[in-house]
Order: sequence, then structure tokens, then C-alpha cells
Amino acid sequence: MRLSPDEMIFWQHGFLKLNGTIVFTWALMFVLAVGSKLITRNLSTELERSRWQNLLEIVVTGIEKQIEDVGLRHPKKYIGFLGTLFLFVALASLCTVIPGYEPPTGSLSTTAALALCVLVAVPFFGIEEQGLGGYLKSYIEPTVIMLPFNIISELSRTLALAVRLFGNMMSGTMILAILLTITPFIFPIAMSALGLLTGMVQAYIFSILAAVYIAAATRGRKPRPEPAQDIKA
Amino acid sequence: MLIDWFTVGAQALNFIILVWLLKRFLYKPILNAVDAREKRIAAELADADAKKAEAQKERDEFRHKNEEFDQQRAALLSKATDEAKAERQRLLDDARKAADALSAKRQEALRSDAVNLNQAIRHRTQQEVFAIAQKALTDLATTSLEERMTEVFMQRLRAMDGKAKEGLGVALKTGSELALVRSAFDLPAVQRAAIQKALNETFSAEIRVRFETAPDLISGVELTTNGQKIAWSIADYLTSLEKGVGELLKEKDNSEAKIQPKPQAKAEPQRGPKAAPKAEVKPVSKPEEAKPEAKHP
Repeated sequence: MRLSPDEMIFWQHGFLKLNGTIVFTWALMFVLAVGSKLITRNLSTELERSRWQNLLEIVVTGIEKQIEDVGLRHPKKYIGFLGTLFLFVALASLCTVIPGYEPPTGSLSTTAALALCVLVAVPFFGIEEQGLGGYLKSYIEPTVIMLPFNIISELSRTLALAVRLFGNMMSGTMILAILLTITPFIFPIAMSALGLLTGMVQAYIFSILAAVYIAAATRGRKPRPEPAQDIKA
Repeated sequence: MLIDWFTVGAQALNFIILVWLLKRFLYKPILNAVDAREKRIAAELADADAKKAEAQKERDEFRHKNEEFDQQRAALLSKATDEAKAERQRLLDDARKAADALSAKRQEALRSDAVNLNQAIRHRTQQEVFAIAQKALTDLATTSLEERMTEVFMQRLRAMDGKAKEGLGVALKTGSELALVRSAFDLPAVQRAAIQKALNETFSAEIRVRFETAPDLISGVELTTNGQKIAWSIADYLTSLEKGVGELLKEKDNSEAKIQPKPQAKAEPQRGPKAAPKAEVKPVSKPEEAKPEAKHP
């Protein structure tokens, strides 16, 4: 029994290897990029537009609205990072309906990579917004005593991001696999539907948390206690 | 170990590539398209607002022009109405004047007709009366009409009553000028002498007389002196007759004008001609007396 698609190795050459996680990620990347390219190839600026363009506009403007709601003043600047996080995670879980597919987010390596990206993006955007001094100053606020706790918080929330997504996605796949062996009829479908819902919720949580962290860093204030702790499935 | 660090690195790289790809193919074009559409809509709305404002302005202008036009039209209409009224009044006045003139002309024509008729009647009457009288006189006597008339004149002269005779006598005697005897025809010497004689006898004095012919008397003899006159002539009767006929015609005209003639109006003309000879009586002479005398011969 595989815990993650990492163990599905297609090709290996010493340190380099081509496992299921990377291959499925590429597939998702291909679908996203080519699909976007195809749809946005003939964009209309008129009042009439194609259904696909309408769909993409809804998705993109929806994400933009969410980012703005979190408190980021220039959503267009962050939509590339935060939007891609959401779309990748959401599509990864949506595609679980395809037989033989395993979500790359079910691999701790992928979720860790995404969490690391967030870990890097937060100070990147923070420094870009309020300068190096301003960003570093936020670690010793309200007092210097808080500095270690802030650092621990920074690391722990990255770890939490990675593990939360991995746990949810992996469990979904695992439960489905186990259930198929016990009750192969009907019940796995219900669980699969539940898995899709969980996947969407996790995609939302992941990107919103990243947005909150970035918003906290760019505004030079300590983030409030993680709301995700309460929502966490 | 659940984490494969090569995979972690590869996935991070993949993610960054995906971010770039989606930025390039998804977010940028979509957001640009949305922005362009929003701009376009904003521009169209602005354009629509501008057009609306323009339309409002034009509508106001049009309304203003319409009002102006209405006012002008009303003014023109009232002016035209006034002019038409004035013209109508003028035409009516003209027509009335023309009708009046026509009516006056017609009345004038009627009057002149009446006058003509009157003259004709008078002329005819004169002729008839003269002819009848002459014929009657000729039939009754062998003497000529003129001789008879001189006789009648002399009879009247002698038959004058006291007061008139006295007045005429005084006038004849005291008159600075000669007494004038006018006759329709040139009197023969015998008759002149007879008249002279009659005068001398009547007034018991030598009366100097001058004889003169006056065809307007028609037929008769007239003695005039110092404002006094004694006469007998057919002209007197004819004048009376003419006056009677004239009154009759006038009365007829009046009754025609009144449409409903009054009974008294008819009675008057009948009385008129009878009374007329009396009105013509001269201060001294008595034409009514002459009437029966004129019938006798």
C-alpha cells in the first residue's frame, strides 16, 4: 500500500527520478496552462463572450475578490501566487474523479514544497512592501521578547500548512482505497464526493491562509491567531 | 521518510513555473479583458450620459423653439384676425355706402320720374284745359276767347267789393309808376281802350296804364300796381291743379314708403285740390268768384 504518489517511480537515475507526483503535477500544469492558453487566445472585450471565457472570468475575479477581502490592497500583484496555489490544489483534488489518478497534493513532498513557497513568499512580499527594516521590525513587535515566538510561529505555521493539506488529501485517497476493499458498492461514491468537497475546502484554506500571512507581513502587524486552527478538518 | 527532497525541489520549481505560466496565459489576459470591458462600459456609459445631456439640451432647445413658434403663430393669427375684421368692416362700410348711393340714386330717379310725370301731366292738363276751355268758349260765344277774357276781367274789376276796390284805387292813384296790365296775348286796341275805360270808370280817375304781353299767363289778364294785383288767368287755375296733382303724387309716394297707408292720408289729397285755389288767392282778387264766372260764358 502506497502512502503517496512519490513511491510510484517511473524512472530513476541516481538522485534524479521521475515519480508519480512529478508526472501528475506536470499533467495538471499542462491542463491548466494549455486550457488557459486556448481559452484566452480569443478573448473578447465586448459585452458578449464565450462560456469558457465567462467561466475563467468568474474564477479569476472571484479569486481577486477573495484576496481583496482578506485585506490585500493590490490583489493583482498577489493573484499570480495565491491564485495559482488555489487552482493547483483545487484541480489536484478535483481530478481524483479520474480513475488511476493520484493527487500530487497527497504527497508530503508537494505540500512541503508549497508550504516552503509560502514561507519564502511571505518575507518576499513583506520586504517588497515595507522594506527590509520594516519587515524585520515586525518580528520584535510588540516587544523583543516576542522575537523567538514569532520565528517559531513562522516555522510552525509552514509545517502546519504542509501537513494539513497532505493529511487531508492523503487520507481522502487512503479512505477511498480502504473502503473499496471493505464495501466496494455505493459507499465509496459518497466518500469520493466528500473527498471532492474536502479537497475544495482545503484548496480554499491553503490559499486564504497564505493570503492572510502575506497580508500580515505587508501590513507590518502580527497576524491574529490562526483561524485555520478552528476550521481545520 | 515521507518527504523526498528531490521531489520537494522539483515541485517547488514546478509550482513557480506554473505561477509564471498562469500569470502569462490566465490572469493577465483575463484581467486585461475584464478591465478593457469595464473601461468600455464606463466609456459607453459616459457617452450615453453625454448623449443624454445633449438630448436633454436639444429637447430644451426644441421646446423653447416650439414655444416661441407657438407665440409667433398666436401673434400672427391674432394679427390676421384683426386685419380680417378691419377688412370686413371696411368692406361692409363700402357695401353700405354703395347701397346707400344706389338707393339715393334710385330715389333720385324715382323723384325725377315723378317730376317728369308731374310736368307731363301739368303740360297735358294745361293743353287739355286750354283746349276744352277754348272749345267751350268758342262754342258758347262768337267772340274770341281773348275778348271774352278781357270782358271777364273787366266784370271782375267792376264787381270788386268796397275794401279791395279802395285799396287798389289808392295804389293806382298814388303809384309813382304806370299800372301794368299783362296779358297772354297782344291785346287789340279796342280791348285796350275798353280796359282803360273800365279802369277809369271803376276808380273814377284817369288811370295811366301800360300794356305788356306775358305768355306765361297762358290765357288771361292781370293788373299790377304798386304791390297790388287783380287778375284772372288760366295759369292760376293750372297752378292750383298742378299743386293738387303734386300733392296727390307726394301722398302716393309717402303711402308707398309706409307700406301700410293710413285712411287719413288718402283723405287729405282729396281735400287738397279743392282747397288749393283758395291758397292761391291774391290779396285783392277772388279767384273762387271767377270760377263760376268762367263757367258761365
